[in-house]
Amino acid sequence: MSTEAMTAPAFKITIHPAWVRICHWINALTILVMVGSGWQIYDASPLFDFRFPRSIPLGQWLGGALLWHFAAMWVLVVNGIVYVSLGLITGRFHRKLLPVYPSQVFADLKAAMTINLPHDDLSHYNAVQKVLYIGVILCGVVIVLSGLAIWKPVQFQELTTLFGGYDFARYVHFFAMAAIVGFLVVHILLALLVPKSLRAMFTGR
Amino acid sequence: MKIRKIIPGVDNRLLIKDAAKLMPDPMRRTFLRNAASLGALTFLTGCDIIDGDTAESVLRKVSEFNDAAQAAIFSRTKLAPVYPESAITRPFPFNAYYDEDEAPTVDGAAYKLEVAGLVDNKKSWTLDELHALPEVSQITRHVCVEGWSAIGSWQGAQLSEFLKRIGADTKAKYVWFKCAEGYTNTIDMPTAMHPQTQMTFKFDNKLLPRAYGFPMKIRMPTKLGYKNPKYVVAMEVTNTDHGGYWENQGYNWFGGS
Repeated sequence: MSTEAMTAPAFKITIHPAWVRICHWINALTILVMVGSGWQIYDASPLFDFRFPRSIPLGQWLGGALLWHFAAMWVLVVNGIVYVSLGLITGRFHRKLLPVYPSQVFADLKAAMTINLPHDDLSHYNAVQKVLYIGVILCGVVIVLSGLAIWKPVQFQELTTLFGGYDFARYVHFFAMAAIVGFLVVHILLALLVPKSLRAMFTGR
Repeated sequence: MKIRKIIPGVDNRLLIKDAAKLMPDPMRRTFLRNAASLGALTFLTGCDIIDGDTAESVLRKVSEFNDAAQAAIFSRTKLAPVYPESAITRPFPFNAYYDEDEAPTVDGAAYKLEVAGLVDNKKSWTLDELHALPEVSQITRHVCVEGWSAIGSWQGAQLSEFLKRIGADTKAKYVWFKCAEGYTNTIDMPTAMHPQTQMTFKFDNKLLPRAYGFPMKIRMPTKLGYKNPKYVVAMEVTNTDHGGYWENQGYNWFGGS
């Protein structure tokens, strides 16, 4: 399999091939719909002593939010399968995200905190990025599986059992959402701090 | 075994809020229009790129697709998990779009279950006749569309057994239920024929209390709570989808779990 560097002239290296960019933006929109409607669904039967403000959630009432959630889920899953499959098949995941060493993560984290982490080469991920990207992909898998466990606790009861039963699976689904939203805060903040990384997700370079 | 004392979300405020969501027709038709204009797409682009009616019709189409997907994954033989008596949620929550004291009171002595549609024998059934049907029992989880769940114990007759006795055309697509307070519900025939789908006359081995649907509830552990009608007074075997109380307002038709 040829690497991206070999398929493109050295002076205009493709950082993100088209499939990454397309999957990324489809996913970005879908996540907003899933989280927005998910918060409205959460509010119908909160797990904790708080509700999401009514002005944020999507769908106006539970029935509307459920329609959004169970429509967007198909886009999320199909797009997610395409992304993960291509990531594995093309070797992009292996190339970009591995290996990742704990010592490097701590070193890079320290550098990041003191604003000393270079972003000159966007085609290369630092150890903190690697951990975050691997983590959020895993969260994506967990949120889809726990979602299926809640949606179909009879037909997919083996899966529901795997998540500790119906009630526990709801907490797993919630915390996977919280982790993804937490990632998004950091992700969007950093994209704004390093605008060329945002540009690269549009243009590829 | 530890019994959960707190069932998230089961509070009267929420139930009343649900009731308040009963909207007059013109408003109901636009509830998704508002959803669309408040939606993430608008948020991102700053303009209403899909108009509300389009969004609503697309969402309803996807919901119909989801009905088909759920029918496809529904197994006629797969049983809902059953639980020991110690797992029963006490008190089992009352849930409806109205308050408990507004629940219908049905006179058991005068009660007759009306049977209509594609059946050989359309005679009405008294409560005594219904109680004489062979009894089955289940301790299963009731899952509400809102997300909370509770484990209950229900006794009654298998709906499939009853349908056989009245000579129902089990190749028909639907069974429709009508309730004393006007609630309605249509279910698919495969679910009607599922071994755990029950015409319920008792809760926890005692005559069904008013709160839980006296004189008859239809218990389907393979479907969400709103697909489990209480105070059932009539049923029809039919090839026409008569919809249902919540389904007509936007809840998913199949409502499987």
